[in-house]
Amino acid sequence: MSPANRYLRIGFGAVVIAALIIVPMGFQRYGLFILSQWAVMTIAAMGLNLTLGYAGQVSLAQGAFVGIGAYAAAIMTSNGLPLIAALGVAVVLCFAVGWILGYPALRVQHHYLAFVTLAFSTLAFLVFRNEDWLTKGIYGISNIPRPEVFGFPTRRPLPFYYLCLGSLGIVSLAVWWLIRSPWGRAFVALRENPVRALSLGIDTRRYTLMAFAIGSALGGVAGTLYAPLTQYVDPVPFSLSLSLDLLMMVIVGGSGFFFGPFLGAMIAVLLPEWLRFTQGYYLMIYAVAVILLLIYSPTGILGILDRYLAERRTKIASALRAVAKPKMETAP
Amino acid sequence: MSNLLDLLVAGLATGAIYAIAAVGFTLLWQTSQTINFAQGEFVMLPAFLMLAAMQAGAPFWLAIIIGILLSMLLLGLGFKMLLVDPMLRHGVLPLAIATMALAIGIKEAVKQFWSAEASPFPSIVPTGDISILGRPVALQSIGVLALAIVAVIALTALLNRTSIGHQMQAAAQNPTVARIIGVPVERMILLTFLINAFLVALASLLITPIYLAKFSSGEVLGQAAFIAAIVGGFNQVRGAIAGGLLIGVVDNLAAAYVSTQYRAAVPLILLIVIILFRPQGILGRPEERTV
Repeated sequence: MSPANRYLRIGFGAVVIAALIIVPMGFQRYGLFILSQWAVMTIAAMGLNLTLGYAGQVSLAQGAFVGIGAYAAAIMTSNGLPLIAALGVAVVLCFAVGWILGYPALRVQHHYLAFVTLAFSTLAFLVFRNEDWLTKGIYGISNIPRPEVFGFPTRRPLPFYYLCLGSLGIVSLAVWWLIRSPWGRAFVALRENPVRALSLGIDTRRYTLMAFAIGSALGGVAGTLYAPLTQYVDPVPFSLSLSLDLLMMVIVGGSGFFFGPFLGAMIAVLLPEWLRFTQGYYLMIYAVAVILLLIYSPTGILGILDRYLAERRTKIASALRAVAKPKMETAP
Repeated sequence: MSNLLDLLVAGLATGAIYAIAAVGFTLLWQTSQTINFAQGEFVMLPAFLMLAAMQAGAPFWLAIIIGILLSMLLLGLGFKMLLVDPMLRHGVLPLAIATMALAIGIKEAVKQFWSAEASPFPSIVPTGDISILGRPVALQSIGVLALAIVAVIALTALLNRTSIGHQMQAAAQNPTVARIIGVPVERMILLTFLINAFLVALASLLITPIYLAKFSSGEVLGQAAFIAAIVGGFNQVRGAIAGGLLIGVVDNLAAAYVSTQYRAAVPLILLIVIILFRPQGILGRPEERTV
C-alpha cells in the first residue's frame, strides 16, 4: 500500500468516527435509538463474522447468544447489580456455551453444524419463554435501568448512544488486534485448508472451539447492551429470525472482511427506516435485494469493492509494465 | 394408555406429511447441493395458491390442480432457474443463505397480499371418527396417512423401478459419469425440482386442514422437515421417510407425556444427539466425498 493511500484511509476513518460522534448530537430520541441499535447489532455481527467469515464455521445461534447476554443484563441489573458485572457473567456464560456448542463442529461437516446451532437457537428461545421464575416468560422484564459509567448517568439517549459507540470502538480494536494476531491467522488457516493447518502444527480442535466461543461471547456483549437500550426484554426478539438476520448482515456486508458487519448491520437496521414509505413491502424488497446481491456477488458488498480494487490494481500494474518494458529493451 | 393409539395414529399422520417435505429436501440436496431453508415456506405457500384459486371461483378439486401446477411452476421451475442456477457456482453456503432470504420474501408476500390472520382450509379427507379395535380414531389422520403412504410408495417406485428414476439417481450420485453414459443430467435435476414442488404442494394440501393456513406456519414445518431429513439420513430417501414418521410420533407423544411447553424441544434434542453420535442419520450412509 502506498503511503498516500494509507493517509487517505486514516483520514477517511477519522472523518467517519468524528461524524459518528458529532452528527447524532442533533438527533431526536428515535434517531439515537436506531443508531445505538446499529452499534449493538454490529458488535453481534462482528462476533459472527469471526466465527463464520474468518474461521469458516456456520452458526445459526448468534441471536440466542444476544438473548443470553440480554437476559443476564436484565436479570442482574434489575436486582441492583452493576451492568459491568452482568457483562462479565454474559461473556463467561456465552464463551462457555459457545465452546460446548463448538464440539459438534469438530465431528461434522459444516451444514450439519448449521442445524445443531439452529436447534440450540430454538432451545434457548424455549427456555427464555418457559422458565418464568428466571425470565418472567412471555411478559418479559421491564424497567431495565441504564448504567452509570465513571459516574456519568446514561439514562438519556445521547449518553447511552455514546456508551454503545464506545463499546463498539473497544470491541472493534480488540477484534482488529485478534485477527492480526497468530490466533486470527490460525482462524483463516482453519477456513482455507483445515488439513494443511493441522499439518503445520495448528491445533485445529482448539482453534475451532475458540473461534466459536469468542464469536459467541461477542454476541453476549451485544446482548448486555441491548437490554438497557430497549429497557425491556422478552423472548420474541431472540427467536431464530434474529440469528438468521445476523447471518444475513454478515453475508450482505461481506463475510471475512473486517468492515463487513458494520455495513451489513447498517443496511439491516437503517434500511427499514429509509424504506418506511414502502410500508409492508420493505421486507420483501430486502429479501429480493439480498438474493440479487448474492447472485451478483456471494462475498457481499465489500466483495464487489474488493473485486473492483483488485482489477484496478492489476490494470495499473500492467500499465506500469507496459511503460517499463520499452525502457528495459533499450537499456543495454 | 387410553389414547396411546390415537396419539400414535395422529403422530404417524403428521409424521408422514413431514416425511413428504423431508424427501423433497433430501432430493434437492442430492441432485444439486441445495440446502433449502425455504422448504417450510414451500409447504406453506401452495395452500394459499389453492385458496386464491377457490376465491376466484374454482371448485375445490380444480383449485387443488391449479395449486399443484402453479407450485410446480413457481417453486419448481422458477426456483431452479431464477435462484439455484445462478447461485450454484458460488457454493453451498451462499445458496443456503439465498434460500433464507427467499423464505423471508415468501412469508412477507403472503402476509402482505393475503392476510396476517390464519385462514381455515377445507380437508380433502372427510372428518369424523372411525372405530379401530373398539376405539375411535380420527378419520382425517387415517386418510392423511393413507395418502402419504401412497405418495411415498409411488415416489420410491419411480426412483427405483423406472428408467427415469435410475437416471435421476445416476445424475445425483455422479453427474460426470452419468453425462458420459448419456443421462440428460440437466433435465434430471430439473425433474427433481419439479418433484419437490409437487411433494410440497401435496404436503401443503394434507397439513393445512390440521394447522390452518398461516403465513408463519412455514417456520415450524421447515424445522420439522430438516430434523426429519437429518435424523433419518440426509442422503437417503427412505431415511427421510423414517425420520419424518419418527419425528411426528415423538412430537405427539412428547406433547402428551413430557410437557406442552417443551414439546418442541424433544425433536431438537433428538436432532443434536443424532448429529453427535450418528451424523449420517439412522439409515444414512456416511458421506465420503468431503473435499
